Amino acid sequence: MELQVRHLSKTFGSGQHRKEVLRDISFALRSGEFLSLVGSSGSGKSTILRLIAGLEQPSSGQVLVDGQAVQGPGPDRGMVFQKYSLYPWLSAAENVAFGMRLQGLPQRDIKERTAYFLEVVGLQDAARKLPRELSGGMQQRVAIARTLATNPKVLLLDEPFGALDLQIREAMQDFLLQLWQRTGLTVLLITHDVEEALVLAQRVHVLAPHPGRIVSTVEVDLDKSDLNQLRLSAAFLEKRRTLAGVLRQLEPALV
Amino acid sequence: MAASATDGGGVKPLPLLSIGATPSPLVRSGLQVSSLLIPLLLWTVISALELVDGKFLPSPAAVLESLASMAREGILFQDIVASTGRVFAGFFLATLVAVPLGICMGVYPAICALCEPLIAMLRYMPAAAFIPLLIIYLGIGEEPKIALIFLGTVYFNVLMVMDAVKFVPKELIETTLTLGGRGRQVLVQVVARYSLPSIIDTLRINIATSWNLVVVAELVAAEVGLGKRIQLAQRFFRTDQIFAELIVLGLIGFAIDMGFRLLLRLSCRWAL
Repeated sequence: MELQVRHLSKTFGSGQHRKEVLRDISFALRSGEFLSLVGSSGSGKSTILRLIAGLEQPSSGQVLVDGQAVQGPGPDRGMVFQKYSLYPWLSAAENVAFGMRLQGLPQRDIKERTAYFLEVVGLQDAARKLPRELSGGMQQRVAIARTLATNPKVLLLDEPFGALDLQIREAMQDFLLQLWQRTGLTVLLITHDVEEALVLAQRVHVLAPHPGRIVSTVEVDLDKSDLNQLRLSAAFLEKRRTLAGVLRQLEPALV
Repeated sequence: MAASATDGGGVKPLPLLSIGATPSPLVRSGLQVSSLLIPLLLWTVISALELVDGKFLPSPAAVLESLASMAREGILFQDIVASTGRVFAGFFLATLVAVPLGICMGVYPAICALCEPLIAMLRYMPAAAFIPLLIIYLGIGEEPKIALIFLGTVYFNVLMVMDAVKFVPKELIETTLTLGGRGRQVLVQVVARYSLPSIIDTLRINIATSWNLVVVAELVAAEVGLGKRIQLAQRFFRTDQIFAELIVLGLIGFAIDMGFRLLLRLSCRWAL
């Protein structure tokens, strides 16, 4: 699988209200890679993800999945939003099954895969609970399981842990990294959190705001066997400081 | 007034009336029972002391007796069936039109732009003002009454369903699309399902209007019905019958309300 983003630009509105959100974004993502786009608000990072998901149409440029231009939303590009992502009337298991039901998979497969993916995210015991009975972190794990169950080629994550408390957020980062290492997922993560991007991704594209554009790219070649140690290691902190510095310089008049 | 505020505490508000105060379940039940019991008590006392001419204010006993005799004669049952039948027929048709239309207007801005101005105007044409037209078009049978109830509730239902639909989180719709959901699946399995609690509540509120209109319709032209009976009772100065029918109207309306609440509780436990 290869996801190619080619010279993507997006402008909202017209005339006086014309607003250029993205300018000439290009990058690629291959099977099994973990890529992160990091930027402040106004960098258009969510718009990039929405263009890839097919929820918006680019003003120019294109998104290709295995050479095919993206026309609209589809299950080959699974998306997880920051919040309101579960169907509140369905149990955790029914939420996981929902995408497969939409696609008309055989009942037996749905049952098997639901059980399997609930176990993958460690929620087999919460199968019958309603979303409101689950913590924020558990809800996001259900949302990830639901997306994985439809077998997407790439997982698009739009600040998936942004609404969680710091401690839960770190636990979720550990969970996502292990999930990626175990299953060989292909992940594109959007975040404003430099640490999150560095902990998780192999490569980080930094976005500048107004209009959103990629200004630098960082390869992350750190030992990720123990994230708690990694977060405190000198090499990591150095990279984090550099990256945070780059982001800060892009915001001339902060506050 | 020399109310003393010297102790710095000022006047203490009634504990039950301070904002945010919740009475204990016992106090609450007591208040709820009093809500019905006090008027009933006043009524009993006033008619027992004959403070008002019994012709104008029949006693509770007389009303009860009148109710019993109408029930014995079978009139009451006949009236109830006729009136509730009209309400349910008209309101059912209004729901049948309003729910799909409201959902489509809430989801598709184009359909909303096409329909909303017309509906917003039609809504302000009093339904009762259509009675003469309805009689010309549909005669004096059941059809104009059902049509009146339909006209009187359909626009409000449409607009309120549309508003309910706008509360469906955009993320939930988009998630469904990225999971491979198609238009119809999104509308039925996500938008309608998510809005179901608000839609049931909308219907619960608006069926009160059709309950109003059925009486209006029956005043104009009807053989039977609770509204018709009230009109007949007036002709014979039977205030006891009028009171009895009014109470029945209130009780049935209340029962319908409770029915909708029960439906909500049974079908949307997740939203309560």
